[in-house]
Amino acid sequence: MALRAGVPLRSWNVNDQKIPQGRLALISYVSLVLVAVLLVGFWKLQVVQSGHFADLAEKNGIRSIPIIAPRGTMLDREGRVLVDSYPSFSILLLRDNPKLLAQSLPMIEEGLDISPEDLKQQLDAARTEPKFLPIIVKPAASEADIAFVEAHRDDLPVLDLMMVQRRRYAHGEMLANAIGYVGEVSPQELSQGNGHYRPGDIVGKAGLEKEYNDRLEGTDGMRRVVVNSVGKVMRTLDNVDAIPGKPIQLTIDYDLQSIAENDMAGKEGAVVAMDARTGEVLAMVSRPTFDPNDFAVRIPAEEWQRLNADPQTPLLNRAIQAQLAPGSVFKIVMATAMLESKAIPASYTVYCPGYAEFYGRVFHCDHPHGSVDLHKGIVASCDVYFYNVGRLLGIDRISHYASSLGLGRRTGIDLPGEEPGLVPSEAWVERVYHHKWYPGSTISVSIGQGAVTATPIQLARMIAAVASGGKLIPPHFLKNATGLKTDDFPISDDTVDQVTQGMYGVVNESDGTTSGLVKLQNIEFCGKTGTAQIMSYDLRDRLGKKHTVRDNGWFVGYAPRRNPEIVVAALVQSGGWGSVSAAPIVRDIVKAYYDKKNGQMPATTSTAQVTPEAAAHSLVATATGQHP
Amino acid sequence: MNSGSGPRLHDLDWTLLAIVGAISMMGLLEIYSSTHASAMAGMQWKQLVWIGIGLAGMLLLSFVDYHSLLDQAPLLYLAGIIGLLVVLVLGYSRLGAKRWILLGGQTLQVSELMKLIIIIVLARYFAEVRTDRLTVADLAKVTLLTLVPVGLILKQPDLGTAMVLVPVAVLGAFLAGIEWKHFAVLLVAVALLVPVAWNMRHHLKPYQQKRIETFLHPEENPRGAGYQILQSEIAVGSGGIWGKGFGKGSQNQLGFVPVRYSDFILASLAEEQGFVGVCIVLLLYLGLIFRLVDNAQKAKDRAGMYVIMGVTAILGFHVLVNASMVIGYMPVTGIPLPLMSYGGSSTAFVFLALGLVMSVRLRRFVN
Repeated sequence: MALRAGVPLRSWNVNDQKIPQGRLALISYVSLVLVAVLLVGFWKLQVVQSGHFADLAEKNGIRSIPIIAPRGTMLDREGRVLVDSYPSFSILLLRDNPKLLAQSLPMIEEGLDISPEDLKQQLDAARTEPKFLPIIVKPAASEADIAFVEAHRDDLPVLDLMMVQRRRYAHGEMLANAIGYVGEVSPQELSQGNGHYRPGDIVGKAGLEKEYNDRLEGTDGMRRVVVNSVGKVMRTLDNVDAIPGKPIQLTIDYDLQSIAENDMAGKEGAVVAMDARTGEVLAMVSRPTFDPNDFAVRIPAEEWQRLNADPQTPLLNRAIQAQLAPGSVFKIVMATAMLESKAIPASYTVYCPGYAEFYGRVFHCDHPHGSVDLHKGIVASCDVYFYNVGRLLGIDRISHYASSLGLGRRTGIDLPGEEPGLVPSEAWVERVYHHKWYPGSTISVSIGQGAVTATPIQLARMIAAVASGGKLIPPHFLKNATGLKTDDFPISDDTVDQVTQGMYGVVNESDGTTSGLVKLQNIEFCGKTGTAQIMSYDLRDRLGKKHTVRDNGWFVGYAPRRNPEIVVAALVQSGGWGSVSAAPIVRDIVKAYYDKKNGQMPATTSTAQVTPEAAAHSLVATATGQHP
Repeated sequence: MNSGSGPRLHDLDWTLLAIVGAISMMGLLEIYSSTHASAMAGMQWKQLVWIGIGLAGMLLLSFVDYHSLLDQAPLLYLAGIIGLLVVLVLGYSRLGAKRWILLGGQTLQVSELMKLIIIIVLARYFAEVRTDRLTVADLAKVTLLTLVPVGLILKQPDLGTAMVLVPVAVLGAFLAGIEWKHFAVLLVAVALLVPVAWNMRHHLKPYQQKRIETFLHPEENPRGAGYQILQSEIAVGSGGIWGKGFGKGSQNQLGFVPVRYSDFILASLAEEQGFVGVCIVLLLYLGLIFRLVDNAQKAKDRAGMYVIMGVTAILGFHVLVNASMVIGYMPVTGIPLPLMSYGGSSTAFVFLALGLVMSVRLRRFVN
């Protein structure tokens, strides 16, 4: 190698070698081609695919944060809060940086008091979800939890807080079956909603929460923020405030509801109290029940299973969903049919030896009543009297009057899932069982047994209709509801008078089925007991005295005797005699109604009284509250 | 021309300097746009200082006769190799790589200096080959001279700068008259080496392996290493024809573009100035190369031509690799865009290299 430092090669100055002009020019051309190739590359990205990348750039830097609108409150008829919403925080765990996440876990477990197994389970469950979607590690953060997250903003960036609106059922189990509950929107609701809902949205799932969901749910707002490459919010682009849901005022009277709840404690059954003139539901209880607050936060899967699989069906609203034999309450339908159809003279009398034989079969009565006319038939609830009435009327006449008085079809109450009950007829039995109606079946139906079933709300409405001359009121929960229609099935004044005299006697005459136990002073308290067998007499006879299944006790009471103001139906399942189990509950509610009306009951001050407007106003503030 | 008189300022390539000024200006503006809203605000002034220092160095070097530099080529080469060894032993680590030595409180990237040295050394070597045919022995020597510093820089590790030395040798060999059959053999050798290198990839540093994996399968891990390339492409693509406007590129301003003021400054510019801005920048670089080739064509001797084309090889390679990386045509190698990317050592290198070019130019009329 000739390279030696400091030895100048003078020959360099002798230009004995020409500059390779051609090769240099070629390098220029190659450079030109390479720049052209690069420009084609940029052209492809910036012109051909520009729209695609513009979308990606926007998704990168702009994040939409929903501002959850609080659901509307539910107030009772006097403005007392039954259900409201309150802002609460959920703790989010961001999973897009697995390394950081793994480092942070021990600290999070300790700081938020979550067991490592629990946290691992939650992370595993979300493994198939996109990494940029955070998981909710604590749905209802305590103040200490929130303080922990705030204090560790810098060293635990994987934690974040999200403001949510939570439902608060101020009185727990009170009115639970009618109010219903809320929950996360289901996949079906998501697809049916046509983009109205986002996953994780809270919607009404049952009861009034579901029925009036559109009114109660507000419109979520949206805050669009610009985030940088590490997810830090740089600034707010725009802000659409949440519109809180509208409050609804119910026809429920907190005071009457409280009494009904107390009376039903520990029992199985239902109570429904209505304004007999308008159909406003004043109280509705179904037992056993549940606490809807359990659904307001995330309900554990086991708890949900338990409630759903519970043989006691706590989620069932018995007031509108229990289709049971009405028992002797049905005799009011029979009496009305007998008088109105004029197929049997009003003076019709039978002798009751304690049983009767029809079509070769023996039908029992509670005890021998001797000579029984219509009045005594109702007052003493003599089965033999109504067996004969039924035989003379025939099933189709009974069916006609039962249907006309609202049985066998839904009352149209503003609750989802109402059951229609059943009024059997010749056509029905042929359609369903493909055989002719057995005349013997008519005998059972005559005393509210056999195929006939009804719900508590239907019986309350039926009794109110008979006592008011045929006004079939529309039961409803929404105060100042519009578009309600009272069906009219005119009943003659004579009939109303005779039948209501009978129901007055049930409560107030010494040989009435209630034995005068539920009499109320200065109040024309009337009603009809029912004690419905869950087993046929035959089966009961075969089991002898060993059977442990008790009858369902019914009582439907109202006051005053004609054109009633209030009607109350009570069902105590397996309660035995309706006169003993159900009648006192109805009496308590009717008494409270009059006490209140006469100013003898001190107003309940335990709950704050809020006007719907004030409730709506106070919620606007929380809805627009900022992320801390 | 006034023969016999010394080099004059008037004879500097003012067209080339105008192009250099225009590119530097666009770089400064984009550095400002990328950093003004961050904790790094004011970086454009630091860069301006480096440009000033670079210009002064360029002027000083242009008045030095390149022949005297070429005379010292062996010493310079030795100094460079020792410098690289010192870096490996005593070097100052940053981001897991030993690339710097501390010199008077400043960090100095010796590999940048090595780029200048390899230009001078190879220019001298090729100038000494006095025929128009490179023998196999010549090629072997050139290869050896190049691969020693390449190996040392790879060891730091700095794949990008190591690669940059290779085109100086390739372009020099091409101009020195490499035989087509040798060229073909070299091509085959490289083609054979690629699979060998591929199998050796497990000896690469994890970050290098990752970069290669990412380049081959960018979509597999959008939040991982492929992220940088994807974000760069999003920035470029979303810029469209006209760009989002100065200081208005969301990818750039929100920090989605990786090292947006340095290696990926072209992505920032592409987002804010659009395809039009990219065209202007790349055409300026093409103009720069045309001017450099023009100067090489008018060089007084082959030594001068080799010096200028060595500079051209390095600058052209930088532009090609950097622009390709920004649009996802090449893996991320950490090669800055000359005159635009923020960085002291790299800016100083470019101006000193231009000083060599000016030195050749100023002497084309001098006997």
